Amino acid sequence: MKPHTLSVLLAGLLLAGGVHATSAEHIHASHAWIRMLPGNLPAGAYVTLENDSDQPVTLKGASSAAYGEVMLHQSSNEGGISRMAMLDSLAIPAHGKALLAPASYHLMLMKAAAPVKPGDTVSLTLRFTDGSTLVTDFIARPANAVDDSH
Amino acid sequence: MKSRRPLGAAVLLLLAIGLLLGGCQRNAPLPFKLTDISGHMPALDFKLTDDQGKAVSGADYRGKVVLLYFGYTHCPDVCPLTLAQLHVVMQRLGKLADGARILFVSVDPTRDTPAILHAYVNAFDPHTVGLTGDPRVVEALVKRYRSSFTREPASSDGNYEVSHSSAIYVFDGGGNARVLSTPTDTQDDLVHDLHLLLSTGTNP
Repeated sequence: MKPHTLSVLLAGLLLAGGVHATSAEHIHASHAWIRMLPGNLPAGAYVTLENDSDQPVTLKGASSAAYGEVMLHQSSNEGGISRMAMLDSLAIPAHGKALLAPASYHLMLMKAAAPVKPGDTVSLTLRFTDGSTLVTDFIARPANAVDDSH
Repeated sequence: MKSRRPLGAAVLLLLAIGLLLGGCQRNAPLPFKLTDISGHMPALDFKLTDDQGKAVSGADYRGKVVLLYFGYTHCPDVCPLTLAQLHVVMQRLGKLADGARILFVSVDPTRDTPAILHAYVNAFDPHTVGLTGDPRVVEALVKRYRSSFTREPASSDGNYEVSHSSAIYVFDGGGNARVLSTPTDTQDDLVHDLHLLLSTGTNP
């Protein structure tokens, strides 16, 4: 297979994926914010996800036109040591919620396409394992914000 | 009364020991709420480069109550949260905060240049100083406070995380280690203990 043929095939697959993606109707996002850091440093994004359906829904990641890379992470603190680990997915229980919050689950945003300033709104597409997506606006807050309200 | 004499001698001996200890013990006991590490951790001592590019040592911060924290700038979650919380602590201390310094020591000296650290610490609180230096010197400093850090394997694009101590080590104005604040401790307790250290004068 020529590289050209392969890229056409891949583009086709991506398009097909786009066509099949549906909006995650049963998931509601709130308290969506990003802690901005100076320069090109990676930023943490936080959100509360509520699932009002009878079935668990699983978040598998997110993407954004504003960032080259978005990763689902979990911070932990054991034996006095802070660690960060990549996560494949995060379950949102039926009629329950998942909290992406400081010192816990978060999205790590890397490679900003253009500088993001506190006060800006950044759109992130949250992706779930059932193929559904949820476009959510995140508010950029200053580095020393403690939560989404300060 | 035969039994009195040995008892009296014992009391005298205890008094003498007490006086001796009192003489050597420069850290006056304070009613701390956090874990009291007075006498259990070594005094503040290091040779690093600050975020202005200037060579500094632990002695340069004598007279200030120091909050020592190890972290790195490519840490998007826990490090900025800790520094943001310390900013709130400084605000709660009001004018007393001028007697305190937050020393943010990079456990990622390869990426954390003084310039990067300068922009980083200034995004949090004006009482914060970023410190970096030779990786071996940083490692020795972390070990001095009985902690460790580990550079985790890099991802395909070369990015990597660093696991590091989550504690904040607090030193009095004489450079003596006094209390340890961990993520499970409350902010009220840290404010309380800093209040004690800042209002009892900086020189023990």
